[in-house]
Amino acid sequence: MVCVPFSRRDLLKGSAAVAASLSASPVSAQAPEPQAITPALIAAAKREGKLVFYTAMDLQFAERLGKAFEIKYPGMAVRVERSGAERVFQRIDQEYQSNIHAVDVVNTADQAHGIIWKRNGWLDSYLPEEVVKYFDKAFYDPDGLHVTTRILVSPIAYNTSLVKKDAAPKSFADLLDPKWAGKMCKGHPAYSGTIMNATQQISRDLGWGYFEKLAKQRVMQLQSATDTPKKIALGERAIMVDGAGYLVIQGKEKGEPVEIVYPTEGTPLATSPSAILKAAPNPNAARLFFSWMHSREAQQLLVDAARQYSPHSQTVEKPGVRKLTEIKLMKEDPATVERTADEIKTRYAKIFGV
Amino acid sequence: MTDVTRTESSWRPARFDVSRPVLVLFAALLCMLIIMPMSWLVYYSFVDRAGSFTFGNFVTLFTDPDFLNPLISTVIVATSSSAFCCAFAAPIAWLVARTDMPLSGMVRALVTASFVTPPFLGAIAWELLAAPNSGLINKAWRAATGAEMDDYLFNIYTLPGLIFVISCYTFPYVFVLVANALDRIPGDLEDASSVLGGRTWFTARRITIPLTMPALLAGALIAFLQAMTLFGSPAILALPAGFHTMTTKIWSLFQFPPKPELAAAASLPLLVLTIVLLRAEHLILGRRGYSVVGGKQGAPRLVRLGWLKWVALALVFLVLMLPVFLPYGALFNAAFSRVASQFISFSNFTFQNINFVLFELSATKLAVKNTVILGFLSATIGTILAVVISYVTSREAITGHRALGFLATAPVAIPGIVLGVGLFLSYARPPFVLYGTLWILLIAFVTIALPSAYQQMQSAFRTVHVDLEDACRILGGSRLRTLVGVTAPLLRTSVLATWCFIFVGVMRELSAAIILFTSDTKVISVLIFDLKESGDLGAIAVLGICMLLITFAVVIGVNRIPGFGGSVKVRNQ
Repeated sequence: MVCVPFSRRDLLKGSAAVAASLSASPVSAQAPEPQAITPALIAAAKREGKLVFYTAMDLQFAERLGKAFEIKYPGMAVRVERSGAERVFQRIDQEYQSNIHAVDVVNTADQAHGIIWKRNGWLDSYLPEEVVKYFDKAFYDPDGLHVTTRILVSPIAYNTSLVKKDAAPKSFADLLDPKWAGKMCKGHPAYSGTIMNATQQISRDLGWGYFEKLAKQRVMQLQSATDTPKKIALGERAIMVDGAGYLVIQGKEKGEPVEIVYPTEGTPLATSPSAILKAAPNPNAARLFFSWMHSREAQQLLVDAARQYSPHSQTVEKPGVRKLTEIKLMKEDPATVERTADEIKTRYAKIFGV
Repeated sequence: MTDVTRTESSWRPARFDVSRPVLVLFAALLCMLIIMPMSWLVYYSFVDRAGSFTFGNFVTLFTDPDFLNPLISTVIVATSSSAFCCAFAAPIAWLVARTDMPLSGMVRALVTASFVTPPFLGAIAWELLAAPNSGLINKAWRAATGAEMDDYLFNIYTLPGLIFVISCYTFPYVFVLVANALDRIPGDLEDASSVLGGRTWFTARRITIPLTMPALLAGALIAFLQAMTLFGSPAILALPAGFHTMTTKIWSLFQFPPKPELAAAASLPLLVLTIVLLRAEHLILGRRGYSVVGGKQGAPRLVRLGWLKWVALALVFLVLMLPVFLPYGALFNAAFSRVASQFISFSNFTFQNINFVLFELSATKLAVKNTVILGFLSATIGTILAVVISYVTSREAITGHRALGFLATAPVAIPGIVLGVGLFLSYARPPFVLYGTLWILLIAFVTIALPSAYQQMQSAFRTVHVDLEDACRILGGSRLRTLVGVTAPLLRTSVLATWCFIFVGVMRELSAAIILFTSDTKVISVLIFDLKESGDLGAIAVLGICMLLITFAVVIGVNRIPGFGGSVKVRNQ
């Protein structure tokens, strides 16, 4: 038996810290009934036999998650449609405007999307049993319309063969040092939900002036938060300003020369909501996948293989990742992101030119 | 023959004038393809969100630096690419067509290979080669010279880098036009010059070059339009460099909340510029006659280069390294390498990328299926349209043929992304909801391909002298019988070439597809673009190579269909 150096209490504390940083939603009068995975649901899902999963998570893991589901429930086929969270959001909007209902289950990296879809009345109310049992209330919508599947952080990271450890930046402020000019890459808030939230949090805590100074550093502008860790691993740029922390950890464990830095000002946080669409073409398959995705089995895969943080209190942390409680996190504010997303994108594009 | 005569004579009295329905049908079809999307485009550019009339979109367009800068970048990119293409393609075309340089067939094949390469794939390959830090060329250069970590030879994420990559995949257009023109110049004219005492270079300067000017001008124009309307290359290279071109800007206007009015307004300058340039070309060429084809002509004379021919060949291969050898090398390297930017080695070699694309990536199957279906349908429908319309116009078979010819040529003035926006505005809402089906992509692909397909078929019809058809008709054949029995067999090579040309065009197309796809109607080019967003370079390399294999397999397969025979190369224009 491998000794796990984390106690369950640690984990709960970590989740609670994130939960506390989420804005509380008003409790609705009638919480929906928790739903178990019943043989009837499995049979109905298998009759549909397939589902379409729009997601913003890294493609390799999204496909792995789909395959694990197909193995658990033979006869099911999952088609993954991956792009940045903001593009996923735009895609669903564009398709729904034309009455195209192709998506069954969606997962993005921006809680604001849950708010908007709920308001549009596009989401199916469905609370898996395990979510009610093992997830903090802050991690699911009281009306059961969306559930937080993953907890993401957007730290700084660098390539260790290009930057010495003691020379590495410690904070966002350090990145303004002229010696990093032309050596950084960055994701874009119009494509990535993680970066959208990171941009909102950094601009709130450090001011837009920070980005104006950063833009003078000739930053290479990428799109997805999943691209920046790959670019520093290739050595194309020495430092990533933001991006998916979990991919840096994955890369490091694969032997890539990358190292994470949790900036002293605080690390941007983005929790990642999932939902079932009301107009899903495969409603039972969607419910089965949704329930399974939030089960301990899938959530443990999320921790072990994807190296992300899980909101499921029964998951066991795998060493090699800093505990959430030990990271100084910026406060996530989906309501403000929802209200100001367009303004953030416009202002960002003005500053960085694209 | 008696049999034919009998059938025809018994059929002729009941003959129904088919010209009117044909005209109406095709005109209606072309209106649906072209006029409707363009009308919506113009309409949307003059309304605000609430639907009332405004000039506001254009005020924003021409005062806001967010739009003005991309417009300027676009003009710079298009002009310089066009100039580059001419500077390199014209001399190579001359070497291939008019000199005794060896291996000219192979050079033509390599140019075809660079034409078949989708520009966005070329751009990604050049990222692998010439990204300042991780690019293979820069790495090799650093290893060879011991230069510092941050030094680099090339930086592809720059304006010149973008111009270079666009030129790499646009120059085949110029090459083919100029080479074809040179092939057609009869040896007699040059002989006449020689007989009158003109030396080789004098003849080249005074006879050959002036006669190819129209083709070169047309090539420059097409290169300009191509460079202006490309979406993939700037999205891949300009955005990381921190600037937009018009196409990427238009695309970004579809981000949430979508601004279709601004996208429509931003599309119009591209449309207007294209029309103005085409008009200008017509005015310049229209006044001169360049008719060189007529009667019997001697074979073109080849200029003897002597020992210089080996130098010329070396230079040509050096130039062709850029669009063909180096990028394909980089893609193969990335496909079999654990880390895309490292040279394959024993420890680095992997089949993981291939395994991922073929067996794990759940979007592959659907995208390949959609692309192949669209390729076959667009090529078949497009070829039929082109054959019928060019027959009607070249034989003046029905009244109103000029209008048909104009409608078939008109889409040349519509950049892919503009057409995408127009079609989206037309067919994404009732009464015609085609968005979300393959039909809307089919319409887009056929429309984009039609002008060149039509031009190609029309010039083919011109080569079949009407005497041959008349002979058949005098012997009692009907118009249809003549088309099927005489004209079509003579044209089969051109028909096949047109079909292949459209098929290749569908594989290359990204700019309209990026606006019009849904998750169920994704094509390979869009899938590659999505993979690019998340930086999965190994998967892109594998998928790109698969795409090229499909293209070559189909093109070769189609040319082997029994009954067609003959060897057909993918030609364009």
